[in-house]
Amino acid sequence: MSVYTYYPGCSLESTACEYDASVRAVFKALEVELHELEEWNCCGASSAHSVNPVLALALPARNLALAQALGHDLVMPCAACFNRHKSADYELRHDPERRKELEEVVGFQYQGNIAVRPLLEVLTIGVGLDTIHKRVKRPLVGLKAVGYYGCLLVRPQEVTQFENPENPRLMNQLLETLGAEAVEWSYATECCGGGLSLTKSSVAARLVNRLVERACEAGAAAIVTSCPLCQINLEMRQSGMQKLPVFYFTELMGLAFGLTEAENWWSKHLIDPRPLLAGLKPLQQVAAL
Amino acid sequence: MNQDFLQTVEALSGEPILLCYHCHKCTAGCPVVKEMEYGPDRILRMVQLGEKERLLRSHDIWLCAACETCGTRCPNGIDIAKVMDALRMEALRSGVTPAEPDAAKFHRLFLFVVQTLGRSHEASLLIAYKLWTLNLLADMDSGLQLFLKGKVPVIPKTIKGRDQIRRIFVKSAEAVAREEIASVKSAPQQEAK
Repeated sequence: MSVYTYYPGCSLESTACEYDASVRAVFKALEVELHELEEWNCCGASSAHSVNPVLALALPARNLALAQALGHDLVMPCAACFNRHKSADYELRHDPERRKELEEVVGFQYQGNIAVRPLLEVLTIGVGLDTIHKRVKRPLVGLKAVGYYGCLLVRPQEVTQFENPENPRLMNQLLETLGAEAVEWSYATECCGGGLSLTKSSVAARLVNRLVERACEAGAAAIVTSCPLCQINLEMRQSGMQKLPVFYFTELMGLAFGLTEAENWWSKHLIDPRPLLAGLKPLQQVAAL
Repeated sequence: MNQDFLQTVEALSGEPILLCYHCHKCTAGCPVVKEMEYGPDRILRMVQLGEKERLLRSHDIWLCAACETCGTRCPNGIDIAKVMDALRMEALRSGVTPAEPDAAKFHRLFLFVVQTLGRSHEASLLIAYKLWTLNLLADMDSGLQLFLKGKVPVIPKTIKGRDQIRRIFVKSAEAVAREEIASVKSAPQQEAK
């Protein structure tokens, strides 16, 4: 059975606590072992790479040092953390000079025995859509949503090794597996301005409202994401008449699995998704389909 | 032409800036070009021409959202977001007043918190940021909501290996200082070619 090392990242300890709760609940339901990396540190996010290129790689490299000793692939729910760790792993793998420098700065020997993997990929490919499908007890029939990847999960593709960066499909496949209707739109990998949310909030608000308008236009009633920075930015900066709740994909998995603890996640949202969820087809009708 | 500046930015970013032939794909896809004065394509041109002063004082380098759309679409494989990083670093190092001082303050505070605790801590970070930028009232509504929802823990989480984190900060600063000296030393040789 697969075992994964889990790096929650700072957001999942605070503003994205429902993401963390839903990740743990979903892994438990799927009976896949997930062990939190002890003593992990912050990856430095966008601040480290704006200030010092070595620090931006050395902070995640320390986590890689801790994780490689355990020998299991490192799972990253947060797109920004994933991007930083994957970048560090990429440099360590491909640039011998940089590797020597980082080994000296962090004080370790890089082994390259583990992979840094985004949570979405681990669940949809590692665990597999078939396994997920078998666990669905309450298909999300009636939920029309757009899948939203944002930037850092998909780009730059040479580093992230994720799907086609212009048209990734995993999120839609997952939504369909859960019984929801994945609505097509052209903005799945357009930036929401999350990195500017605090320092240039007017720019972030323009980008958020553009995304929400396009999602509404496509006929979606919700946005589904895997990134905590996108999620909070998208819920916090919407200013239009119609407010779309923004789910973490693991929350919808928990809901479709019929997990009772899913009820605890909705009150954590800035845009309450309960009115929308109340409108979903009740279980008896879904079963009759 | 300020060749030194081009070489410093190339060394810091690791990107082949002279390969740009100005097809504008980066600018066409940039989500924040509307707010920018120059946009990514002209910024690359200005680096090629060594326009250090104008670049380091520009708003554009702080408006870049680091979304990597430009680099993904560049036919010459230039990771333009890394060039933007290099320009921000140069702006901070050269001591010019950043055109967007709040962004610079945010990065400094964020890294100070990480250096101290080993992890980020929203409550400390946001309070310090608000006090430093005197931007006290912005986002008070959502901030309060997040607090009431228990999403902004007051007590920070910290790690035991804080001394390792501090060592990483010190050694990273030393490493960049060494690289800068090396890039400056190599500059006249390149020019002589």
